Amino acid sequence: MTMPILDVRDLKVHFPVKAGFIGRTVGHVRAVDGVDLTIQPGETLGLVGESGCGKTTLGRSISRIIKPSTGMIGYRGTDGTVTDLAALRERELRPFQRQIRVVFQDPFSSLNPRMTLRQIVGEPLRANGIATGSELEDRVADMLARVGLSPKYMDRYPHAFSGGERQRVNIARALILGPRLVIADEPVSALDVSVRAQILNLLRDLQEEFSLTFLFVSHDLSVVESVCDRVAVMYLGKIVELAETAELYASPRHPYTEALLSAVPRPDPRLRDVGRRVRLTDDLPDPSNPPAGCYFHTRCPYAVAGVCDVSGQGPVLDGIGPGHHAACLRSDELSLAGVASELA
Amino acid sequence: MRPVQASDALLEIDGLTTHFFTREGTVRAVDGVSLTVPAGKTVCVVGESGCGKSVTARSVLGLVDEPGRVVAGEIWWRRDGQAPVDLARYGPKSEEMRRVRGGEISMVFQEPMASLSPMYTVGAQLVEAIRLHMPLDREQARERAADLLRRVGIPRPEERLDAYSFQLSGGMCQRVMIAIALAAGPALLIADEPTTALDVTTQARIIDLIHELQAETGMSVLFITHDLGVVAEIADEVVVMYLGTVVERGGVDEIFHDPKHPYTRALLGSIPRMGAGTGQRLATIRGNVPHPSDRPSGCPFHPRCGDAVAGLCDRSDPPDVRVGPGRTARCVLHENADLIGDDGQLGAEEVQR
Repeated sequence: MTMPILDVRDLKVHFPVKAGFIGRTVGHVRAVDGVDLTIQPGETLGLVGESGCGKTTLGRSISRIIKPSTGMIGYRGTDGTVTDLAALRERELRPFQRQIRVVFQDPFSSLNPRMTLRQIVGEPLRANGIATGSELEDRVADMLARVGLSPKYMDRYPHAFSGGERQRVNIARALILGPRLVIADEPVSALDVSVRAQILNLLRDLQEEFSLTFLFVSHDLSVVESVCDRVAVMYLGKIVELAETAELYASPRHPYTEALLSAVPRPDPRLRDVGRRVRLTDDLPDPSNPPAGCYFHTRCPYAVAGVCDVSGQGPVLDGIGPGHHAACLRSDELSLAGVASELA
Repeated sequence: MRPVQASDALLEIDGLTTHFFTREGTVRAVDGVSLTVPAGKTVCVVGESGCGKSVTARSVLGLVDEPGRVVAGEIWWRRDGQAPVDLARYGPKSEEMRRVRGGEISMVFQEPMASLSPMYTVGAQLVEAIRLHMPLDREQARERAADLLRRVGIPRPEERLDAYSFQLSGGMCQRVMIAIALAAGPALLIADEPTTALDVTTQARIIDLIHELQAETGMSVLFITHDLGVVAEIADEVVVMYLGTVVERGGVDEIFHDPKHPYTRALLGSIPRMGAGTGQRLATIRGNVPHPSDRPSGCPFHPRCGDAVAGLCDRSDPPDVRVGPGRTARCVLHENADLIGDDGQLGAEEVQR
């Protein structure tokens, strides 16, 4: 078995909640609350969940935009040495920030409107002292061509481009340093349907060309299915299920995964009343004061009082099959419905 | 004035044209849109950003912001048992329009958090909407408000009346918005991307709610969305828009299983299907959606269309062809289809061509 490129162990990110005149800390929002995760080189790992589940925070702490509170982020370099990114200081991080890059969600706010494409895409090269002058220009032109933009637009500003083109600029900026791991945080959520497919195909082509590893953060389960090799489902700061994509979609073992899959609208009116319908109540519990026992028991249709809500006896992420992990106290008793293959 | 045909259409939009007169020039946001909403049905308007779907909805209620203006077209609104009236002739601030807006036709917007005022309690905003359209005193209105909240599935409604919007989740806020929209028992609910800002689990429940309320009250729904999955869940009839024009109209099953217009076909091909497995390569539509201010000449879709005929599609406006009962496609590919009749047989051949 190959060694993982990234090995995250018991990662926690807690944000203090401040209140009152002097800003005393009155509690913590446990955005990421003990996550274990490995990413294999060359794979695309999907990370899904509702808003507020901590998926973006997890992505950001892996790229060290946010400093995690505790835990380990083991990154394996090209020479095989493993470094714990969580423990590094700003200056020591620099070489790794070249290898782990982020593509952000909103193509309208993540590009500086006062910089030209040459400056935006070339900035990482300049900041890392890799290239200047005409070499920088050549590399920017080359990168723009790779993502499907004409290099002749190099001196234009972001406002002249559509959402899809801006997202290509975003991708070019992330890839210009030749990273090994790319964290794509909802890269297609803000795009139109007809443009979304172009960007997804582009990401796939670039992955092949540069042998990239992706952590693909998204709330859209149909997109995740089409691009990811494995999927991790997150709820209230914890990973509740992790499996190969086909396995997870066909036979989920956590009630939350079942509910998510069942809620996705399917683009076929003939499937309107086909399959099991699981509906969750609206309210996500307060992440600064999570429920006792299994965090999901307040919304779970299968929760049993006295089993799922016992304080201190929450479920742990257990292996329940080859490569399939679920954190549910009742996963052995339940038979959950996945997504049946759609009619042609 | 053209007499309206004897139909069961509650709302009939004919040739609606809404332009925005900006300093850079005129933006033809809606350019000759015709559609009908039958009584008790859900009509979905689907399209990408900039296609004019929201402006169409806002034009119906005279809610187009400056510098936009409805410059042509008719919006026939047929009240129960009364002569139809043309809403396009009412001034946006006229007494008549204010009676229709919120009373007979009401609207739910995309951003539930931003649509509710954070300065007033949910109850105050509900009571205001109720008393605007109904002769009730404060006490009775408050009772009705609590009833409405219960009907849209909010637990403990009496307590929630005193809550502010920022104390509620996005899904709860959207339920409150729907309750406000239902305050006066409208005959038509216009929902402009009501679930786009919500999570899938919440979205599913809001769609269920709109379904239930429709079954209960018999109101019609004009549902604006960009999400074809949502369309498949909720629509009876579908209107596909591209750059200010309606490119195709039809029943929901026909649109998904026998799309006629190249744009509809391309759009359906470019969405990932659940259960199809990983690693599927998606069909793409080349290029980008042009800005509405620089619309291509001829058929607006021709620069991105795989079936475009050079010298024809880029020169003349495509005809609006009837391709079946209640179905139209705005494309030269179907130009001869209406000669065959209403059985749609030719349409099938055309698709394969």
